[in-house]
Amino acid sequence: MTQATPPAVYEPRAGRAIGRIFVSREFSVFAALAVLIIVTEVVNPRFLSAQGIKDLLLNSTIFVIMAVGQALVIITKNVDLSVGSILGLTAYGTGAVFATFPHIPLPFVFLIGIVFGAILGAINGFIVTLAGVPALVITLGTLYIFRGINNAWAGSNQYFVGNEPAEFGNMSVQTLFGIPWFALGALVIVIIFAIYMFSARSGRDLYAIGSDTDAARLFGIKVNARVVGAFVACGALTGLAGVLYASRFNSVGADTGTGFELQIVAAVVVGGVAIFGGSGTVTGAAIGAVLLTTMTGALAALNVSKFWQQAIVGVLIIAAILLDRILSIRTARKLRVSEARNV
Amino acid sequence: MKLFQEGGSATRRRVIIGAAVATAAIMALAGCATTGGSSSGGSSSKFSIAFVPKQLNNPYTDVELGGGKKAAAALSGVTYSVVGPNTASASSQVSYINTLTQKKINVIAIAANDPNAVCSALNQAKTGGAKIITFDSDTAKSCRSLFINQVNTADVASVELKQLGEQINYEGDFAILSATANATNQNAWIADMKADLKSDPKYSKMNLVTTVYGNDDDTTSFQVAQGLLSTYPNLKGIISPTTVGIAATARYLSTSSYKGKVILTGLGLPNQMRQYVKDGTVKEFALWDPAKIGQAAVYAAKALVAGTITGKTGDTFKAGSLGTLKVGADNTVIVGGPTEFDAANIDNYNF
Amino acid sequence: MSETTLPVKARSNVSRLFFGRNANTVYALVLIVILASIFVPYFAGTATVSFLLIDAIPILLMAMPMALIIITGEIDLSVASTAGLSAAVMGVLFHDAHWNIVWVFVACIVVGLLCGAFNGILISTIGLPSLAVTIGTLALFRGLALVVIGDNAVADFPVDLTTWATSTIGGTGIPTFMIIVAVVVVIFGIILHFTPFGRALYALGFSKEAASFVGIRVNRSKFWLYVASGGISAFAGIFWVLRYSSAQSDSVQGLELSVVAAVLLGGVSIFGGSGGIVGVVAGVLIIRTVNYSLQLAGLPDTVLTIVTGTLLVLSVIAPSVTARIRRSAERKRSRTLIHDATAA
Repeated sequence: MTQATPPAVYEPRAGRAIGRIFVSREFSVFAALAVLIIVTEVVNPRFLSAQGIKDLLLNSTIFVIMAVGQALVIITKNVDLSVGSILGLTAYGTGAVFATFPHIPLPFVFLIGIVFGAILGAINGFIVTLAGVPALVITLGTLYIFRGINNAWAGSNQYFVGNEPAEFGNMSVQTLFGIPWFALGALVIVIIFAIYMFSARSGRDLYAIGSDTDAARLFGIKVNARVVGAFVACGALTGLAGVLYASRFNSVGADTGTGFELQIVAAVVVGGVAIFGGSGTVTGAAIGAVLLTTMTGALAALNVSKFWQQAIVGVLIIAAILLDRILSIRTARKLRVSEARNV
Repeated sequence: MKLFQEGGSATRRRVIIGAAVATAAIMALAGCATTGGSSSGGSSSKFSIAFVPKQLNNPYTDVELGGGKKAAAALSGVTYSVVGPNTASASSQVSYINTLTQKKINVIAIAANDPNAVCSALNQAKTGGAKIITFDSDTAKSCRSLFINQVNTADVASVELKQLGEQINYEGDFAILSATANATNQNAWIADMKADLKSDPKYSKMNLVTTVYGNDDDTTSFQVAQGLLSTYPNLKGIISPTTVGIAATARYLSTSSYKGKVILTGLGLPNQMRQYVKDGTVKEFALWDPAKIGQAAVYAAKALVAGTITGKTGDTFKAGSLGTLKVGADNTVIVGGPTEFDAANIDNYNF
Repeated sequence: MSETTLPVKARSNVSRLFFGRNANTVYALVLIVILASIFVPYFAGTATVSFLLIDAIPILLMAMPMALIIITGEIDLSVASTAGLSAAVMGVLFHDAHWNIVWVFVACIVVGLLCGAFNGILISTIGLPSLAVTIGTLALFRGLALVVIGDNAVADFPVDLTTWATSTIGGTGIPTFMIIVAVVVVIFGIILHFTPFGRALYALGFSKEAASFVGIRVNRSKFWLYVASGGISAFAGIFWVLRYSSAQSDSVQGLELSVVAAVLLGGVSIFGGSGGIVGVVAGVLIIRTVNYSLQLAGLPDTVLTIVTGTLLVLSVIAPSVTARIRRSAERKRSRTLIHDATAA
């Protein structure tokens, strides 16, 4: 179709308009991130030193990967609150793997972590779809259960830096042109999932399910399979994050990852994924995660009292959902106007 | 907007009895697992002691409790148990203290997460006939008979400042990375360090720029350490008087460009710190043997129950391999002095 | 058709009293208490009553408005943070500003009401999703508590008050404070079950559109529910401070999950539109009884965590699964009936 042919139906227009919100929504998060970094750098030039950049990227990596997984789930109108506990289990599991098989090749460690996470995600997914109950409650329950299992398994045992092969710990600090490998890996993951969500049939299905589950079902979409798939993907990505956590933080125990769930959900919401599904992108969620982690570092570098940090995060979440609301009202109005014109 | 859309058709919800039965099963198991806690009517050498640490699942706590367990096993007729929260919260400690009161445990040994919040529960236990010992982190004085302290507060402060001072030539900015903002022991050490900095001319050129809190959480401590280094470019050193904090900071330093340039010292467990001492991130740090605290608590409990001491200043009691311990000012028993660890001696210690 | 599928009105009050979902929750509570008394040593006794109930008070208070909010199909995750902020304000006004304790209480409640109104405006007036809003205010209010009190802990509250907060009524072991809680529970029970406003809340939970058609002011009802939630949470914060004689930035942290769990366990549907106060009270007591008896049995926190999670999952799955089983049984029965009929 060329530019000369005027759109006969308004569907493409609507599509373009929605595309525009996505652009503006992600752009707004990105702009906020840019402003934050520039202001901090002007006040404290050490913020963007080589070491500073490395720290920023490494800190974000784990949250970015988890945020991508969470975004998939939230887009289907569900939520996974158990991610902090899944991270804890897989991170501790990684330590346990090294303790049992000290010479295991590293790719296997990653594989084990991902599969372990995927299984935990599948448990969530199956309970949610089979029982037909809200994911909020189920994953709140599994948050407790997985954490309890982690506590029982780990006890007071912790795996430290010395228990793991040096090359595993070094992975988190090795860089390519000053950029940590982990951060590059996270970037690749974001790109893959962004393309998948944008172009793959099953990716689009997730949006359809989130917008209107019953309609999606009538339309012939395998709703339950897709939702379980989203939970599995979220679990697998969180499992991967758990392995990376073990490499980066190098000390894993019974309470690793406690309380991560709210930060991740917050990152996803700030990144423009609607909490009731159907809209938003993994790219937005990823930028949201970078923004939230950078915020912590930036506030410290700006010498803002540590007491204000949490309040500012709260304000940011509320501002993000307010912004979403305003944008969606504006788009709705535009759509109405354009539809009226077309009639 | 409706929060959730219901999945299936509308027949809903009745049987919660299933949940109740499951619970009942668990409880039946629990009942079987329970061992009788008290032996209130026995002879004076028999007694029960329950430890309530700040939190379970903490390696330092484990070493401490290990000492208590060993001492309890060495004395015959001592029933030893440990209860406590998974996270360091005072309100959860209170629930556990209440259960101990009800079980009529003879001695409660507690490391308080908040000096005041646990007090009323401890007083209730006291009314029920229990003796109260605090260890590690004290409560308000009126709520306990004895406080088993690792070392003199002043000794910790001076050894920390000395170790840092030696390495930065008694000159420049430094920061403290502590545990939680309300931790009694941490705050006492920090207050003493501040007093030393003011009074001792040796430290006149050392400047404490800030105190930050890692909440004894590994990730938080790690990121707080990062924040310190990016905020204070002239930072020469960090003192972290908590085992979690110093390990997290060491890990960050060892993988960053600040390794060897920023001096780190504090209180750490040799097993956690060994690698960093060997790779040059940390030159020296200090601690005492935590097992001795648990051991001292059990022997103090025995003396209290037997009535040979009341916990007043000047009382003495025998504490096995620790020899005779004396109750000092503020009803406090000092177990020993700090040990300093460095590359030369660290391999002699395993805890 | 089984009786549960009949419209509520068709069932007599008596049968509802004994066979309704509220009644089942109460039976479950009684069963658990009996089992605990048999199996857990030291459980039977007034000490249990006192320790168990005093721990239940803050959850019970916050569960009241939470039940109403969930019945309308919304949620409030900021309750514990609101209580924490109120605790922090209480500490600072009393210790640093030397206010009279009565005015401190008033100020704390006002702070709570304002927190609730803030939630209410965002959710009802602007129409934002309550889950996202209250996750935001969970962080915001806790953050403000930190800003207000920093790393201080205030502990010098009047001894008369703190002793009173932990006192019991005579030898019964029932905490004195429970009288106030009982009044709150009764008020919420009356509002929910015996006023047009309460019935409107159920209607709201079923369908917002339908509710507004029959003349319910949807936004206004929701707004006031959040205000009430803020006020009650602040009150729970005051109790917390008096009970532990300590106000600090992390007071009441993390209690929101227990409150939600208790309300759901008490038979309030997360989908909105059903549930009752009696059930919620029983739900809170079930959680506390199970927790306390496990603690008394000397089991570690680990087991408690797993049991709490399992209870929560079971309490939502069980009704859904039994409904499914019953449906398939119905279908089979009607099929055999038809078969018999055609055979005859």
